[in-house]
Amino acid sequence: MAVYEQTYKRYAGPLTPEWNRFLIIPRHAYRAVFSSKLFTAFFVICFLPLLVETILIYLHHNFGAIASMKINVRELVPIDAFFFQTFINIQGGFAFFVALLIGPPLVSRDLRNNALPLYLCRPFTRTEYVMGKMSVILILLSLITWVPQLLLFLFQSYLEGFAWFKANVWMINAIVLGGLVWALLLALLTQTISALVKWRVVASGILLGIFFIPTVFGAFVNEVFRTRWGNIISLGALIKNVTAGLFGTFERATDVMRFRDFEGTITEIQMFEPPLWASWMVLFVICAVCLALLSWKVKAYEVVR
Amino acid sequence: MALPATVQEELIRPQTVDDPPVIDLHGLSVTFGRRQILKGLRGDLRGKAIGLLGPNGAGKTTLIHTLLGFHHPNAGTAQIFGHDIVDQAKKIKSLIGYMPERDAFIAKMTAVHFVRLMGELSGLPSEAALERAHEALFYVGLGEARYRKLETYSLGMKQLAKLAQAIVHGPKLIFLDEPTNGLDPPARLRMIKLIREIRDSGQANIVLSSHLLVDVEECCDEILILRDGQIAVYCNLEEERKSNRKFLMLETRGDQKQFVEALSKLGCEYAISSDSRLKVVLQDGVEVRDLYRLAGETQVQLRRLSYKRDSLEDIFLKAMENGYGGL
Repeated sequence: MAVYEQTYKRYAGPLTPEWNRFLIIPRHAYRAVFSSKLFTAFFVICFLPLLVETILIYLHHNFGAIASMKINVRELVPIDAFFFQTFINIQGGFAFFVALLIGPPLVSRDLRNNALPLYLCRPFTRTEYVMGKMSVILILLSLITWVPQLLLFLFQSYLEGFAWFKANVWMINAIVLGGLVWALLLALLTQTISALVKWRVVASGILLGIFFIPTVFGAFVNEVFRTRWGNIISLGALIKNVTAGLFGTFERATDVMRFRDFEGTITEIQMFEPPLWASWMVLFVICAVCLALLSWKVKAYEVVR
Repeated sequence: MALPATVQEELIRPQTVDDPPVIDLHGLSVTFGRRQILKGLRGDLRGKAIGLLGPNGAGKTTLIHTLLGFHHPNAGTAQIFGHDIVDQAKKIKSLIGYMPERDAFIAKMTAVHFVRLMGELSGLPSEAALERAHEALFYVGLGEARYRKLETYSLGMKQLAKLAQAIVHGPKLIFLDEPTNGLDPPARLRMIKLIREIRDSGQANIVLSSHLLVDVEECCDEILILRDGQIAVYCNLEEERKSNRKFLMLETRGDQKQFVEALSKLGCEYAISSDSRLKVVLQDGVEVRDLYRLAGETQVQLRRLSYKRDSLEDIFLKAMENGYGGL
């Protein structure tokens, strides 16, 4: 149907494969996302800790630079599992704000403008729609969490030698899984809230609330009941524990709580974090609830029964 | 990697008489909660442009949504070009285009970006989708406004943008749900002209759902009238009109009583509209000159005599009264 012909004509060319059509959504979404200079600037800032991490790894292997800066090698942070875990957690914080900025309008905008029938009347399923919308967040979060961490791990392996790589190869699993679990959780939560709430500001508020209100309430439970089980409702604590578990640094026994009774006797109680399986289970339940809600809300039309 | 050739071949192959019907309904029933919306619809629809008519709540939109795979039938099924709507939903969706009734667009996008995205989601490669998005927007008359954001469009322009996204991938069947809703007369005429052009191009079949009988009359060759979730009428408009060619309107002066008795003896059906007006259906073998003869014999003056063809409105009203079923 050429412009000058001005007639209706069927399309006779080749078609794209169906399996990767969901990636059309992030490709088009990034045009809108990066049209905001503010977001682009923030996204660049997200890479600053990675720059620091790179410098630290480099310094560890460049004695000349250390000597010129008059730094004692022992003062430098050791490059080990805890090092990568710390940076995964730092990047996780940035990832949260990236998700907060781009996540809320992704589905709600389509629901507000009745766009879902337009997607779903094509050879494009509800699952592909959700995968497409989630991958908008997943790809960006991966770019600032596990992908650069993995590259830095390889950089460290290159500088340290094959023996180090061989001894720490298990960390690849921890880096990738740690970053992916966080990115997946954020993607699912933002999409679910976006599907339930039509207004961006309200959706952003709810997302903040979901992370901070249970954390505060969990801390309150911890203090009142002298336990650490309150952390089971704090998403931040859950992810921290799961990541620590993946990096092999998780310890159930944490701090010791001291308190004085009415007779003035001081009692010490060893505090225990919830076990890892409990943290994984709660995350699994949250993801399952999110998927159920998405399946309920992402429809071409609401049926009034 | 390209899709299996069958889908592409099916997209470009013209419809022949041996092909399966455009839509084949096999006892299609849809229930929402306790309400049965569609009640065992049966029939094969083969028209180039099928008008879907019915009063509010008759099930027109539900039928379209079920054919599009948005609702699951609780009994029976349907086929589009021989493909089952439940088992081969994805294949069907690659052959159809849909223009929804309600305002529907993707916010913060220019029209060309929107139509291109829709083309890509239908399976067109990125470059082809962009090219066809431009062409489709020019075709519907939004060429000059294609770089404007959709939020800034008027209602009529949004309707045209919806049509552009429905045709960008060159579907074989286009569902148009109330395409002239809210349009001013010039915009409505433009929309009707576009629909007729698509129909006349022979490249796509059209299913047009509308409350406006005149729109359906202007665009469609077949009509499906739904009443209370059932098919009240399915007919070919032209044939229906032809079958009523012997339907006459008479205006008389004088005593009608003897005249209508004579008509009755002649075997003609009649209906008295007023003291001076009669509707007569001529039987086979009875000619107009016989009426003149009878009028002369009964001393009745025939002041006016005209053939009246059944308008779509007549067919529609008859269906609402009788629900005779045309299948």
